[in-house]
Amino acid sequence: MKLRLLAAALAATVVLPFSAASAADLEVTHWWTSGGEAAAVAELAKAFDATGNHWVDGAIAGSGGTARPIMISRITGGDPMGATQFNHGRQAEELVEAGLMRDLTDVATREHWKDIIKPSSLLDSCTIEGKIYCAPVNIHSWQWLWLSNAAFKQAGVEVPKNWDEFVAAAPALEKAGIIPLAVGGQPWQSAGAFDVLMVAIAGKDVFNKVFGDKDAEVAAGPDIAKVFKAADDARKMSKGSNVQDWNQATNLVITGKAGGQIMGDWAQGEFQVAGQKAGTDYTCLPGLGVNEIISTGGDAFYFPLLKDEEKSKAQEVLASTLLDPKTQVAFNLKKGSLPVRGDVDLATANDCMKKGLDILAKGNVIQGTDQLLSADSQKQKEDLFSEFFANPSMTPEDAQKRFTDIIASAD
Amino acid sequence: MTGQAYAGRPNQLLRNLHSKIASIPMILTAVVIFLGGTLWTVFYSFTNSKLLPRLSFVGLDQYERLWAAPRWLVSIENLAIYGVFSLIFSLLIGFVLAALMDQKIRFENTFRTIFLYPFALSFIVTGLVWQWVLNPEFGVQSVVRSLGWTSFTFDPLYNQSIVIYGILIAALWQGTGLVMCLMLAGLRGIDEDIWKASRVDGIPMWKTYLFIIIPMMRPVFITTLVIIASGIVRVYDLVVAQTSGGPGIASEVPAKYVYDYMFQAQNLGQGFAASTMMLITVAIIIVPWAYLEFGGRKRG
Repeated sequence: MKLRLLAAALAATVVLPFSAASAADLEVTHWWTSGGEAAAVAELAKAFDATGNHWVDGAIAGSGGTARPIMISRITGGDPMGATQFNHGRQAEELVEAGLMRDLTDVATREHWKDIIKPSSLLDSCTIEGKIYCAPVNIHSWQWLWLSNAAFKQAGVEVPKNWDEFVAAAPALEKAGIIPLAVGGQPWQSAGAFDVLMVAIAGKDVFNKVFGDKDAEVAAGPDIAKVFKAADDARKMSKGSNVQDWNQATNLVITGKAGGQIMGDWAQGEFQVAGQKAGTDYTCLPGLGVNEIISTGGDAFYFPLLKDEEKSKAQEVLASTLLDPKTQVAFNLKKGSLPVRGDVDLATANDCMKKGLDILAKGNVIQGTDQLLSADSQKQKEDLFSEFFANPSMTPEDAQKRFTDIIASAD
Repeated sequence: MTGQAYAGRPNQLLRNLHSKIASIPMILTAVVIFLGGTLWTVFYSFTNSKLLPRLSFVGLDQYERLWAAPRWLVSIENLAIYGVFSLIFSLLIGFVLAALMDQKIRFENTFRTIFLYPFALSFIVTGLVWQWVLNPEFGVQSVVRSLGWTSFTFDPLYNQSIVIYGILIAALWQGTGLVMCLMLAGLRGIDEDIWKASRVDGIPMWKTYLFIIIPMMRPVFITTLVIIASGIVRVYDLVVAQTSGGPGIASEVPAKYVYDYMFQAQNLGQGFAASTMMLITVAIIIVPWAYLEFGGRKRG
């Protein structure tokens, strides 16, 4: 008797949430969990809720490397969510090819995505065999050096204007007990920092040849050797930053315990949450102050194919909400990223974002490595650079040899 | 022996029918899920499956790449170090603790609970606890430094050459309690008369343990060995919680390689090849032993 009651009570707790909610609940999974990111995603949820539907937040902590396997296994395992974040590029390529993702071409043509999304490479990354499968939401660029003004003041040197000055200022920082360069222990951070150094030091053409054409000869050449020299400097400067997550590393810069960090523009959200002002509290150098070029990777939402008709309709609503000018502005201001539409007004953007918008307008852009390389090659690269940054006995020459092998076998 | 089986009993199959029917689900699970899954994995390790399995064969390419990957080699080396030390130390510490416990001490229950308690924690929690204990800024190092030894350094988790021992410490802390309990059960199974006899013969206690008790505890040792060994091969969560493979790739283990390549790198073929290698390693150790233990000897 008692048992049955208990069972009934348990069943009620399970059933209730389903029956109380309307049919147009969409679960949206993403890995935006740091302070600035969570504030930004709340804007998306607010905009979607305003359409009468309901955003069920499915945040997965631990950055993309942890979140993506969970998302993919849910989709391939037959328990798809309503929508999910991926970095646009090749991460969801095979899911689309396997017919697990929803074709958004109808929504896209109705709302003229082709005309409004700038740069067009973003939509190209969503397009497979002429059909559009994802809605890009922001442009993230990796090529930024974030510097703590307070740290340089304490060390008694001027805030550097480019990478070389930063390297030259490193001994002074160390003397003042400050870690010159904060690099977190997660593998993607060191791999990303290397890509940034490559664009800044070797330039756009070399970057495109190595990652775009997978040209192993260039990868073995003198240009990349220079990049590895710089990475060696970065490795020495990063000694002592015993943190794992990127936002912990950013926090070292915010608190003045570290001089700087090479990190994408998502770091800006953290500075904002901490109440710091661009220019006075921190300085940003796009392209490390050497080559003002930014990559246009970013995030996009993919929509798994669902059987439920009402949910499928809600997916369309969400797709168009994401690209709505108002949502774009609200979301990107909080996130620190750039909007995917060229026609929105970002008057309230701060200095750093304006610098980014300028570069974008000039067309000094490259594709992100997520768009150019498969997840497999990216992982091999991460293994190499996390070892390189942690192991001082690995010479730049050895590392370059292994890098060349990865590029030669990349697909 | 063999004749007995045929002696007027045509319905061998129907003997103990109930228990046979009851074990059908487990037999199906073992055959379909374990064996089937294993064969499927080995089969697909010869393909170049990426995110989803597909049938395009590439021969031994995945294995060639695997054995050329520095990270895999580091993983194997780590597993060997971790395996050997964790086997030796958990047996040694576990047995010594059990032997001490067996001296009819007071508060035995209390001690047993204390020693077994860590085993109630998952590897993830164990890993996080030890990550803090071994953290140079809050843990052991800072405590000792605050006592006056300011040059004291103990940061195994941030030092590439000893990081695997930092993981070993946590694993031993978690696992020895169970080994102790198993050993204690074994010791309690030894007849009191044996002790009395050895005392009458004037054999010192350590000799009794070494030459009489331990050989008698052979079945307990084998059970313990299997439990420890299976824990060694699958070590994954402890590493993820403590170092996530770092610094660099210095504390990577094979199981983590499998997971990372299957899911993060979206390269199932490579992950399957790695897991097949793990299976082969286990098989190389288990098969000859099992043959000696169960196959070689005729049983009555």
